Amino acid sequence: MTHQFPSLSQELKKELSDIAQRIVAPGKGILAADESTGTMGQRLQKINVENNEENRRYFRNLLFTTEPSISNCVGGVIFFHETLYQKADSGKLFPQVIKDQGIVVGIKVDKGTAGLNGTNGETTTQGLDGLSERCAQYKKDGCDFAKWRCVLKISDSCPTALAIAENANVLARYASICQQNGLVPIVEPEILPDGDHDLLRCQYVTEKVLAAVYKALSDHHVYLEGTLLKPNMVTAGHSCTKKFTPQEVAMATVTTLRRTVPASVPGICFLSGGQSEEEASSNLSAINQVPLHRPWKLTFSYGRALQASALAAWQGKAANKAAAQEAFCSRAKINGLAAKGEYKPSSAADTASMQSLYMASYVY
Amino acid sequence: MPHSFPFLAPDQKKELSDIAHKIVATGKGILAADESTGSVAKRFQSINAENTEENRRLYRQLLFTADDRIDPCIGGVILFHETMYQKTDDGKVFTEYLKGRNMVVGIKVDKGVVPLAGTNGETTTQGLDGLYERCAQYKKDGADFAKWRCVMKITPTTPSNLAILENANVLARYASICQMHGIVPIIEPEILPDGDHDLKRCQYVTEKVLAAVYKALSDHHVYLEGTLLKPNMVTPGHSCSHKYSNQEIAMATVTALRRTVPPAVPGVTFLSGGQSEEEASINLNAMNQCPLHRPWALTFSYGRALQASALKAWCGKKENGKACQEEFIKRALANNQACQGKYASAGASAAGADSLFVANHAY
Repeated sequence: MTHQFPSLSQELKKELSDIAQRIVAPGKGILAADESTGTMGQRLQKINVENNEENRRYFRNLLFTTEPSISNCVGGVIFFHETLYQKADSGKLFPQVIKDQGIVVGIKVDKGTAGLNGTNGETTTQGLDGLSERCAQYKKDGCDFAKWRCVLKISDSCPTALAIAENANVLARYASICQQNGLVPIVEPEILPDGDHDLLRCQYVTEKVLAAVYKALSDHHVYLEGTLLKPNMVTAGHSCTKKFTPQEVAMATVTTLRRTVPASVPGICFLSGGQSEEEASSNLSAINQVPLHRPWKLTFSYGRALQASALAAWQGKAANKAAAQEAFCSRAKINGLAAKGEYKPSSAADTASMQSLYMASYVY
Repeated sequence: MPHSFPFLAPDQKKELSDIAHKIVATGKGILAADESTGSVAKRFQSINAENTEENRRLYRQLLFTADDRIDPCIGGVILFHETMYQKTDDGKVFTEYLKGRNMVVGIKVDKGVVPLAGTNGETTTQGLDGLYERCAQYKKDGADFAKWRCVMKITPTTPSNLAILENANVLARYASICQMHGIVPIIEPEILPDGDHDLKRCQYVTEKVLAAVYKALSDHHVYLEGTLLKPNMVTPGHSCSHKYSNQEIAMATVTALRRTVPPAVPGVTFLSGGQSEEEASINLNAMNQCPLHRPWALTFSYGRALQASALKAWCGKKENGKACQEEFIKRALANNQACQGKYASAGASAAGADSLFVANHAY
């Protein structure tokens, strides 16, 4: 406990730190294109497209070859395993297509959730077996960061101490193994928005979960400067009757992060959860305007919130390719602005009048 | 675990946050004048002054009544219990006098260290009994912040898991009780500089200790915006043969804090430990010039490093009063500059220090 056995060389630390900084460079965020085969099936079903390998390749190709390049607003792309070894229409491997645009390649490495016996439907996440060897291979194949998603939920009895401790621990193990293999770990402790709880309840739970996550990362000797955090924004539950403004969401979120995330973490890339594209962008922009000091980058790691319009425009038809790419490009640009606090939804008031909507932080 | 039972109303939170920010306002730090009667005995012995209540009163009065040059330098003063109820020659209670000078009054509330059985000489700190009632009284009597010191040491076998957990927990209990009474808790998990360990070892231990402290504070629902941290700087042990530059000390310290202290904490007020007055100022200055981003104020909470020369100049003699105050004012001004990264010490220049900062991935 009192002796240090350093596991990362100075060069490796610098490499990890540089990768993380590149991903969250000002005005940039992450395109989460790592939907598993099953999840992609759900997306494609909505537009009546068959879930086969070619269609999945086609759609990712559509996103990755958008012109002009999305590299001005996208710093990293998360891949699913299958996609890492697929090729663009040009015959070039997808990781190379992304790297050629100066964007960092990432890979989802977890193997889904598994039940925690004796709990009220809570889970942990599996995927640690052979993870070191897999990471080494992914690094060779062009990846520089990884993603692992843990899931917690809010109910009258959840999350329990076990769920919090177990998920924090498995995230720390994953992070430690990634760093050994030159991959920046994105740490994702998602607290689902399901339920009728209010904003304050979500804030409280998020603070406890993040405190446990960073204690676990410390215990596992993880190099924080070479990590990123992918948390939920602090929001009310989906079925909460009270409505909260983007400013209230932003204030609660930033307050929570200020209380738990050390300044050495270079960036925080929010997941969009069930939010609409517009909601996700407005909230992110509000977060970047909160009048509290924020020492880390606050940006996006969006899946649905970047792709929904593009999918709807595509409808599985080649003729709609350009329209789909334009829709995608538009969302990417908007989120790039939101990551700088510069996105103003056309119907929203100007910055000055929005400022007054931020309640003093000591209420949170 | 998943339910919140808030015990601080918004106006209570605001009061705590305002007090904390006032103490660490730009250019300001803390005068730690809370030496217990026993500690004062050691100080007075070195200048051949008698350790009487009157002498203690006279000495503290000299410090507190120094002229207005200290106003921009001193945000808060920590008092020992006895001093809270002593008066100036004019009959004004010290607490009232200090508040009149816009300085926040603090009170040491711990009751010293006690051993942890089964460890290699490690300790925890006592003082929780009746702390609830004592805090209520101190608040009525003019205190707006408190201080509690825990102590850990570095050897091949320490600090142990138990020492880290126990001290973190007792600090969190103390902090929680203080906040209920409108008192800002200064949290002091001191890791002693005794030993021959190097800078890296101290950094590693400090990171582990601080991670445990902030986890405990979270577990005890402490409102971080209404607290202050009083840690050791990260330094090599006293008997370490390798010498380090001020920039290396600053880099190691700021790196450790960036990895453990949430941005919500308004300020970090370093203890001076065994450092000389000048060393303490130069190191604080280097911290504030460190090229790494620092989201909290980095300032001082110095005892010996503000008083050593003043004490020597006084020597217990009334006629040395002015000389004593001049020495104190000198140090106060130096630290006022240091906590803004503007201190130009006699031997060094303010500029040109940048290049001495080694890249942070070495830490």
